[in-house]
Formats: sequence, C-alpha cells, structure tokens
Amino acid sequence: MSTKADTVVKKGYNVEEIRAQFPILKELVNGKPLVYFDNAATSQKPRRVIKAESAYYATINANVHRGVHTLSTKATEAQEAARETIRKHINAKHAHEVIFTSGTTAGINLAAMSLGQLLLKKGDEVVISGMEHHSNIVPWQLACEWHGAKLKLIPITDSGEWDLKQVPFSDKTRILAISHVSNTLGTINPVKELIAEARKRGIITVVDGAQAIAHLNVDVQDLGCDLYAFSGHKAYGPTGTGVLYGREELLERMPPWQGGGEMIDTVTLEKSTWARLPFKFEAGTPHIAGIIGLGEAIRWMEDYDFAFAKASAEQCKSAFAAHEHLLLEHASKELLTIDGLRIIGTAKEKVGVISFVIDGVHHYDLGTLLDQQGIAVRTGHHCTQPLMDHFGVSGTTRASFACFNTIAEVDAMVDGVKKGVNMLR
Amino acid sequence: MSLAQTQQELISEFALFSDWQDRYEHLIELGKDLPLIAPEHKVDDNLVRGCQSRVWLHAELSNASTGLSVTGHKEPLIRFTADSDAMITKGIVALLVRVFNDRTPQEIIGASTDFIDQIGLRAHLSPNRANGLSAMIDQMKRYAVAFSATSRQGS
Repeated sequence: MSTKADTVVKKGYNVEEIRAQFPILKELVNGKPLVYFDNAATSQKPRRVIKAESAYYATINANVHRGVHTLSTKATEAQEAARETIRKHINAKHAHEVIFTSGTTAGINLAAMSLGQLLLKKGDEVVISGMEHHSNIVPWQLACEWHGAKLKLIPITDSGEWDLKQVPFSDKTRILAISHVSNTLGTINPVKELIAEARKRGIITVVDGAQAIAHLNVDVQDLGCDLYAFSGHKAYGPTGTGVLYGREELLERMPPWQGGGEMIDTVTLEKSTWARLPFKFEAGTPHIAGIIGLGEAIRWMEDYDFAFAKASAEQCKSAFAAHEHLLLEHASKELLTIDGLRIIGTAKEKVGVISFVIDGVHHYDLGTLLDQQGIAVRTGHHCTQPLMDHFGVSGTTRASFACFNTIAEVDAMVDGVKKGVNMLR
Repeated sequence: MSLAQTQQELISEFALFSDWQDRYEHLIELGKDLPLIAPEHKVDDNLVRGCQSRVWLHAELSNASTGLSVTGHKEPLIRFTADSDAMITKGIVALLVRVFNDRTPQEIIGASTDFIDQIGLRAHLSPNRANGLSAMIDQMKRYAVAFSATSRQGS
C-alpha cells in the first residue's frame, strides 16, 4: 500500500532502507504485520546494535578497567569508545562528563540524591513542571522530604506547554528539573530559554532528556544545562543503559551516590577517597555489553540521520525528526476526522507523539482492540498522573513514532481506531 | 450446572467465533449482562488494584440457598456484583462472575482458571500491569477465603 504522502516522505528519506535494518519489523503480531507505535516507551533496535552487543559477549567479554589481560583491555577500549561517541553526539566538553547509568530514572535519582545532599537545606525549593514523568517527580519529592525542601510547579497551559509567566522561581530556588520533551504530549519545551533564566539566578539545572535524545540534536553546551539524563533504549540502544551528562565543575563538587567497586581511589575502614570522574559515579560493574550497544546505536543514528537541519532558531531537528513530523501531521489530521476524538497536547513544537481520548471509549478497550490488529500503542496515564489530572482524563491512547514508521502504518492505525470505536459504541 | 460445566459452556460458546472481532464483540455483549454492583458498593474500597481500567467488585453471601461442600457440610453460596469503566474489562469480569457466582467458597478457592486461555483471551492473563485479570481472580478468591473463615466460625 503506497499513498501519495508516502512518496513525499521517500524523497531524500528512504524509509524502506531503514526498515530493512530492524529485524523485529518482520514479526507478525496476532497474525498481522507489526505496527509498532510505542517508541516513546522503548524504540526497536537495528541489527547493528544487536550485533554489537552480542559480538562483545562472543569475542571480548571481560570486566573493564581493572584487568591487565588483553580481553579486559579490549572491553575497556570498546566501552570508552562508546563514551567518546556519546560525548561527541551531545557535544559535551569532556568524555568524563558522560556517566553511564541504567537509564534516565537512575540518572535523575543520582542527580536528586547527590544534589540534594550538596545543595538542599530546610526551606529551599526545587522547581519542576506539571508535565513531568513520575521519574522526574518522585526522586525530587524524596530529596525534598529528606532535606526539608519544597517542590514547586511550573503550571501547564491547555495546549500542553509550560506557562512561562508563572515559573515559580524565588530566592529559595536551588534546583530546576525539567523535561526536554514531554513523554505524554510530545511537547518540545523551551528548555534553553528557561535554563538561561535559571542560571542568572544561580539555580542548578537538570534536564530529563529521555524523550529528546532520539528526536532532537541535543547539544548540552548550547542548552547550558548542568545535568542532562537520557536512556539508551529509547534511542535505538539496549535496555538497561543510560547516560547522565554533568558539567565537570559541578560533578567534582557532587558527592557520590552509590558506593562500591570502581568508584573508589583508596579504601580504609575509617575513610575512603573517591575515584576521578566519571568513575566516582559508576560503582560496580557497568552494563558493558549494553554500553557498547548504545555507542553503536548512536553511531547508527548519526550514519542515517545525516541531514541535520536547523528547523527553527531554538531547536535543531534531525532527518528522523522531520520524517516523524510528517507522520505526526498525517496522524493528527486523520485521527481528528473521528467523531468525538480529542488530541491531548497541541503544542506548536512537538516530536512524533500523539495522545488522544475519544468520547465514550476507554483507552484500555481501544488499546486491546488495536493490539488484536497488530498495532502496538500505549494506553493509560503514561507515568504522568499529575498531567492527566490537569487535563481531567484518567488516561489516553498514545502513538509515538520512530524513524522506521510509515504513512501506511499511520493509516492502518486510523482504520484500526475506527474499527475499535465501532465495536465499542 | 457445575463450575466446570459453566467453564466448558463458555469455551464452546467462544469456539463459535473464528476471528478476533467476533470474539471481542461477544465479550463486550457478555459485559452488558454483568450483575451490576449497587451504587453504595461502587466505592474506592472495592476497586480491584492492578487494573488499568477501573473495576469495582463486591461479594456477599447469597441468603437464598446453601450448597454442599466437598466435605459434605452445608456451605453458603457467594454472589458477586461488579462494574468497570472499560467494556472489555467488564466483559472479562462478567465471564468470571458467570463462572464463580452462586458457588461455595471451597469451589471458588479450588477452581482453575485455565478456561480463559482456552477461549482465546490469554493476553489478558499475562503478568502485565496493564490488565487486571489475575488481580480480579485473586480478589474473588480472597473473598471466598474470607467467607469460608466466617462461615466456619459461625458453625
């Protein structure tokens, strides 16, 4: 099935060539070809990533950093090559500003626990926004509770954007923790602008980049943030991998969060001293295979996503993002022809994420019926319950696009939704 | 009809449908026959935890009749009422209620729920947090255990 819109997409962007690299896209689900629209939860993996991870186990598996033997050296080199790839990709100044974590959640927990100890005193304030994922709410709630600080909220507008007139900065604000892109709404937030404002006030800034890394050209120096967390598995990399970028000067001041092997310089029973960056924050054996896979995922993205172009003065969008934007526009237009359907999140700047509710149709029912048709979407509150409360809904159905999705798949979803709605009304 | 017979009846009923659409349409129809929970019981305390949709479940002893337990003792029968805000979930609760209603606590506690798999609704049994089928079964069995304990104390 080839539509007119498909032809447009294919000009300069060969989606079939990209699809051919994802083995999972050949799978049948419930007897139907898989349509995978749950990329905001986790993206699928290209063959190169799968191969890189298994090649590590098959040829150079050894623990990193401490060994004198050849395999350990090779494993260390491969892991550190991945660190350098990521450094370049996000334009960090130094490779040791790239800390490997198990994912965005671990990165934000590290940030909240360590910064909490470094910065927060009774009466201090931490500012987050009303569209944060629970992972960027709960760690700050914990840190605030432990240090007697308060959590303040940037309110959300009806279109699902920050209300920048009501940013609750005060002379007590110590930390700003915000998402680059909303996982539920797809909103691309004006993080650079807000970070600049925070920095003027001496506020430390933490960005949850989980939903940005696969779609935007993230440049941490340009953003000006102190810390930036993302997951590997949402950017075509393995699960259980992630990165916390931190500005060197801040990381040096931050106390370690987890203790163990790899992160110490010397240990006596009275007192230990910490290893240099980044190892101070990497206690225990890292997910070496995953990290190598993540490095390959970033290289794969760079190879295919060559045509970085300035989409606006604020954000650099990639060729992938431009393709996903076409899918988003097509999906929005077609879905809105369905009676009683409302899109939640209508910001001007969005990545390829579309959340919707339909009068008289429960998202769980719709998700189940779409699954029967081989279409994978996510339903529920998407770990953003405060945001759901804001919009007065219990949950939404969310389709989130990646570089390998097609207009024909969007059409299949729209047909599937119509079929589901007919059955449920 | 015994509990096992009711399960068999459901399996045969669903075997008539060859495609997913008919199967789910039938499930949605079954949901419309669910004995609805009374408004006073449709409260947060009766919500089944672990469902993406909301499910309210209430159980009481049926005062009309009693059944015979495996040990030959007279045992009370349990009557379930429920509701859900999602139609498929409501259909699934209706299936369970049809199987478990007017049974003795012992029958419910000992019942296998393999029939769900056999009627092609296996996806709803997966240990996925999104669906609460196993949570519903657990909750029904917990009610049965509780009623079993109280009826023994009373006898």
